[in-house]
Amino acid sequence: MSSDSPVDKGSGDDRATGLRIGAHARGAAIEFHFDGRAVSAHEGESVACALFAAGIRTLRLSPRTELARGMFCLMGSCQECVVWVDGRRVAACQEPARAGLDVRSGTIEASP
Amino acid sequence: MTTAPRALDVVVIGGGPAGIMAAVAARRHGASVALLDENPAAGGQVYRAPPPGFAREVATSSEQVDGDRLRALLAASGAMTLFAHKVWSVGFGFRIDAIGPDGPIALTAPKLIVATGTSERVVPFPGWTLPGVIGLAAATILLKSQRMLPGRATLVAGCGPLLVAVAAGIVKNGGRVVAVVDLDGPRDWLAPLPALMSRPDLLARGARWLAAIRAARVPVLLQHTLRGVREEGGGLRVTVGPVSVNRMPDAREERTFDADCVVVGHGLTPSTDVTRTLRARHRYDAARGGWIAETDEFGRATVPGLYVVGDGSGIAGAAAAEHHGELAGLAAVQDLGRPPSAVRSRQTASARKRYDKARRFGGAMAGLMAIRPAQVAAIAHNTIVCRCEDVTRGEIERAIDDGAREVNQVKAWTRCGMGPCQGRTCADIVGELVAQRVGGREAAGYFTGRLPLRPVSLEAVTGDYVYADIPIPKAAPL
Repeated sequence: MSSDSPVDKGSGDDRATGLRIGAHARGAAIEFHFDGRAVSAHEGESVACALFAAGIRTLRLSPRTELARGMFCLMGSCQECVVWVDGRRVAACQEPARAGLDVRSGTIEASP
Repeated sequence: MTTAPRALDVVVIGGGPAGIMAAVAARRHGASVALLDENPAAGGQVYRAPPPGFAREVATSSEQVDGDRLRALLAASGAMTLFAHKVWSVGFGFRIDAIGPDGPIALTAPKLIVATGTSERVVPFPGWTLPGVIGLAAATILLKSQRMLPGRATLVAGCGPLLVAVAAGIVKNGGRVVAVVDLDGPRDWLAPLPALMSRPDLLARGARWLAAIRAARVPVLLQHTLRGVREEGGGLRVTVGPVSVNRMPDAREERTFDADCVVVGHGLTPSTDVTRTLRARHRYDAARGGWIAETDEFGRATVPGLYVVGDGSGIAGAAAAEHHGELAGLAAVQDLGRPPSAVRSRQTASARKRYDKARRFGGAMAGLMAIRPAQVAAIAHNTIVCRCEDVTRGEIERAIDDGAREVNQVKAWTRCGMGPCQGRTCADIVGELVAQRVGGREAAGYFTGRLPLRPVSLEAVTGDYVYADIPIPKAAPL
C-alpha cells in the first residue's frame, strides 16, 4: 500500500470524533498503527470500532470498482472491514485491539 | 500439529440464547456437549456480553440481566465452550472444523444443533456502500457493547423495532439523531399490537423508546425511505422521500439531511449457511424472514441428527429462542437413544408452553421486518447489489435477460454472491430480484451452501506441521 493511498482519512485521534460514551468505563488506553499512523484505542474495543472512533472509516477499496469501503455489519458476516493485522487477513470487527498491532488497509492491489 | 477430531454426543454452533439453552438442556441429561461461537463470550447479538475491561452501566438493563443468567447457566452446565472459534466447515457425520486462537480444531458428533441466528437485510440504495453507512444491528453493537455513538449527527432509517431502539439508544447516550426515516406508517405499527399484548414489559419498553425520541424533538418521517446518500463536504448528504407505492418517486417531495453517519436496516434474515451446506430441505417463508430449514417443532431438520433453533430457524425473537433451544437439546438427548425419563418429558412440556407463548410476540415483530417486494423492485439499475464483487442490479437483470432462471445461474454468470461474504449480504435481495422475473421465490431458489463458511487462510487451516508428519500411504503392490 503506497502512502498516497486514498485509504487515508481521519486524524487517528479519539478527540476528533468524541464518539466514545462514558470515557472511564472501558479498558486500558493503548495505541496501534493503521497504515503507519498511530491510533489511540482501548482494550476491549475491536480494531474496526477503534478506527471508527478515531475517524478512520475507509478500511479498503473494493476489488472491482475501487470504491471506498468501511465497517458495515460489525458481526463478522459482511467482510467489508477486512484488513491486514500483523500480516493476517482478518475482519477488523472480530479482531480485538491490542497495543502495537500493525494494521494495514485491506485493499488488494491489482497485479501490474 | 493437527490432532484427531474430538468426539462428542452433541455439538452446538452459536452461543446466543438458543444455542446456550440447547447445550444446557443436553448436558443436564448427561450428553457430552461442545458449544462454539465466534465471539469472545456467549450471549449472541441481543445478550452480547460487555467487552473485557469495560465497566457495566449503572442501571443494568433487562438484556444484561438475561444475558448474565444464560451465561451463568452455560458456565455451570459443564459443556465444553469454544469461544473466539470460527466454524469454517461442517460435514456429514457430523464433523465440524473451526479456527480458534490456538489454531485449527475438529469435532465430531452424531447430533449437530445449529443456532446461528440472523443477518441483517439492507435493501440497496445509491450510496449504501459508502463508509459511514452502517447497519442497524451494527449500531446496536456500537451502542450496547462497544459503548460508542455511531455518529455525532446520525440519520436512522429502515423499518422494524431496531429502528426505534437504535434512535432511542443514540439519544439516551447523548448523541444527536438528525431524523428517523421509517418505511412504515402508523397502521403498520398498530397491526401487530394484539399479539404484542402478550408481553406488556416489552411493549412498555417500546413506548419508552418512542418517548425518548419525541422528547429529543427528533423529526420522525413515517412512510419515508432513503433515496440516496452521497459524500459532500466531508460528511454525508442524505436524500429521503415518501414511500412511493404504485407510482414514480416525485423529486419535489424529497428532503435532504446532513449527517456524519447513516444507520439503516430492513429486517433480519435467518442464517442458513450450515443447513444449506448440509443439504437440508428449506422452504420460503417471508413472514419468518425468508428461506428457512424445514423442521419439526423440536428443530429437527430433514437431515437426521441435524437441528436448527432460534432465529436461524425463522425469526421469533430472543425470548422464544432460549425455549426453542431447550426443546432441541431435550430432543437430541432422546434421539441419542437415552431411556425415557419423566423429568425430561416434564421439561419438554414446560419448554413447549414457554416457546409457544414467546414466539407469538416475536412472530408479530417479524412481520414488521419482512422483505417488501416493492422496495426491492425500486432499486436503481446502477446501484450495487453485491458489495463483495461490485455487481449492480443492471448486471443481474442482464443475466436474467440472457436466460438465468435461478440465483445460482446469476451467481455463476455475474459473480454476484461469490465474494468473501458468501452471499450473506445480498442473497435475499438477489433472490427477490430473480423471483420478480421468474415467478416466485421458490422458482428463484437459494444459493447452494458452499465451504468455507467463513474466509480462512490456508495457513490457519493447516496449522503448524512438518512435511515428515504427512502420512504417505504404502505403494500398492504391483
